[in-house]
Amino acid sequence: MTMSRRALLAAGAGAGVGLLAACGSNTGRGSGGSRTELAQWYHQYGEAGTEQAVERYAAAYKKASVKVQWRPGNYDQQTAAALLTDSGPDVFEVNGPTIDQIQGGQVVDLTDLLKGVEDDFNPAVLAQKRYDGRIWGVPQAVDMQMLYYRKSLLRDAGVEPPTTLDALVDAAKKLTDRKVKGLFLGNDGGAGVLGGTPLYAAGLQLVTADGGVGFDDPAAARTLGKLHQLYADKSLLLGAPADWSDPSAFLQGLTAMQWCGLWALPQVQKELGDDFGVLPFPKDGGQGRPSVPVGAYGAAVSARSRHKDAAKEFVRWLWVERTDYQEDFALSYGFHIPARISLAKKATRLQSGPAADAVRFTTDHGCAQPLLWTPAAQSAYQDALSRIIRSGADPEGELRAVVGKVAAELDRVKSAKKAKTAS
Amino acid sequence: MRGRRALWFWVFVGPFALGLALFTYVPLVWSVGLSFFDARNTVTPTHFVGLDNYTAMLKDDAFVDSLKTFLVFTAFIVPATYAFSLSLALMVNRVRRARAFFRSVFFLPAACSYVVAALVWKMSIFNGVRFGLANTLLGWFGGDPVAWLSTTDPPWYWLVIVTVRLWLQAGFYMILFLAGLQRIDPALYEAAAVDGARPGWTVLRHITLPQLRATSVAVVLLLVINAFQAFDEFYNLLSDARGYPPYARPPLVYLYYTALGQGQNLGVGSAGAVILALIVAIVTVGQARWLRLGRTDADG
Repeated sequence: MTMSRRALLAAGAGAGVGLLAACGSNTGRGSGGSRTELAQWYHQYGEAGTEQAVERYAAAYKKASVKVQWRPGNYDQQTAAALLTDSGPDVFEVNGPTIDQIQGGQVVDLTDLLKGVEDDFNPAVLAQKRYDGRIWGVPQAVDMQMLYYRKSLLRDAGVEPPTTLDALVDAAKKLTDRKVKGLFLGNDGGAGVLGGTPLYAAGLQLVTADGGVGFDDPAAARTLGKLHQLYADKSLLLGAPADWSDPSAFLQGLTAMQWCGLWALPQVQKELGDDFGVLPFPKDGGQGRPSVPVGAYGAAVSARSRHKDAAKEFVRWLWVERTDYQEDFALSYGFHIPARISLAKKATRLQSGPAADAVRFTTDHGCAQPLLWTPAAQSAYQDALSRIIRSGADPEGELRAVVGKVAAELDRVKSAKKAKTAS
Repeated sequence: MRGRRALWFWVFVGPFALGLALFTYVPLVWSVGLSFFDARNTVTPTHFVGLDNYTAMLKDDAFVDSLKTFLVFTAFIVPATYAFSLSLALMVNRVRRARAFFRSVFFLPAACSYVVAALVWKMSIFNGVRFGLANTLLGWFGGDPVAWLSTTDPPWYWLVIVTVRLWLQAGFYMILFLAGLQRIDPALYEAAAVDGARPGWTVLRHITLPQLRATSVAVVLLLVINAFQAFDEFYNLLSDARGYPPYARPPLVYLYYTALGQGQNLGVGSAGAVILALIVAIVTVGQARWLRLGRTDADG
């Protein structure tokens, strides 16, 4: 009897350990084998074929066995959590890396990989990956957002495609009737998706070149106040079943103009044919210039990887050397602009119609979110913008508070750098 | 004999105790530890900052706002659920036929996930375009479509948030009230009738409610704690395409964003969690004292 009880306990303990081990081992790394094994993480792309494509690239790499993990859900949170442990990815794509990830030593310096080809990368998005003179992620493909408008609806209302913010406010008002709204900037009224774009359109910026607050200027309050005008005029579509990132509201005729991503272009083209055009966010004021937000997922290497050199070598092979795969990745599935200038110039799909406009906007008016613009700064600004747009809060007062918070946040980031260089 | 009992005790309780320690107590203590460190993007910080995280959190308007959001939410949801589930229970208790059927039907929503219900509320019932269910109803009476979740003035979004939770949880509390109602001695009602109390409000006020005292205390306590833990419906109803809820953030939603979202500021997030835990503890103990939890119905 005693024996069997012990046996039972041992079995129970064994099962428990086995379960725990099972929980911890699903990292995509596999175990054993003579070839180096690398785990590579991607977020789930919506376009069909992308997953198979990245599997194909990984399989074609001969120096290591690369296991791709395709991760649905909150990808940023998943990687952030995984980077705290040893069971995270070796190579991963990231909407960053963020300044805190770089300063926290979570990602590896990749400057050497780009030696000689640095100039071939889109400078706006490469600037986002650069900190302290080093490069911390290799841009994979450029994404951008712009304003889609329905030509026929504008023509019927006698409205020209707007080239200034005031014209946009007027156009949205004229295009609004009982069934169709003038403009869709997302269900929150625009605070989330627009971010710093209106500030760039006013000739300002989020963070200056020397790391100061870039919108401590009366022009900022004036421009953001106009966004409230759109809301107050009831020209904005709100509460649509799908948010701004999906072109459904535009395609279903719920709105005459919509802010959306380049990724929606093939679908819009398919459904509307020639009956649409694209615009950058229009300029505002004498110093203003049109602007479009650009950004790129970057390939980064985890500092916790057990095979950092092998991982770097793989990143160099895929995202620097294999331009054929880079071109395939950017253009064959979804619709992105290759991060390499030489590839973007070659791409025939990007040489005519609205796609060519989009490329031109990216080159001429592209503004990437600065690396020093931390999530804390972002949420302070976005909350204020939300109150300005929706509740009609006084833009000057709101901005004063935001400037204070952002300045403190920039100081923190800069002093963290000093502490690091000192130590 | 005694040793044998102890052994069996650990065989049955051990795995659970181990899980509790590993997945609840260790993270709890760890989180309290983190709250005293500058912990950005790390769970093993080295830079001790004392109470800085706590002062930062208490000075943070957004955190204070989240506590206000919780207060408003509680002020709506606790009385609404109490009244609604009690009325359901009284009605179901009175029907003579198909009582089990009604009981099940009203309890059914409790089996639905908060996320799913929130999405149904957001995308079909209360979407802001003209063909949403609520707006279609408004349209029949000549009203203009309302962007329920995007309008902060008047704050229509509260209607959406409160109704989804009301629908989800009323059935569960109805069952609690039904159990309470069935424990009331019918002789009391007979005696009241003999004394001339008219059925209806008088009986409810002087017999039913006092007899339900213990149940009511438990229900209110559970409702307040559940309101503190509100996350799912707020997050799913109000967050934008990038997962950022711009307003009406109860404390857990805000802390989730600070600590686990893009913020990854685990030190400040933990400080917020400790503050929140203290508030929940104080409120619960205070409420239990005030409502005299634990007394039986007869004492009431």
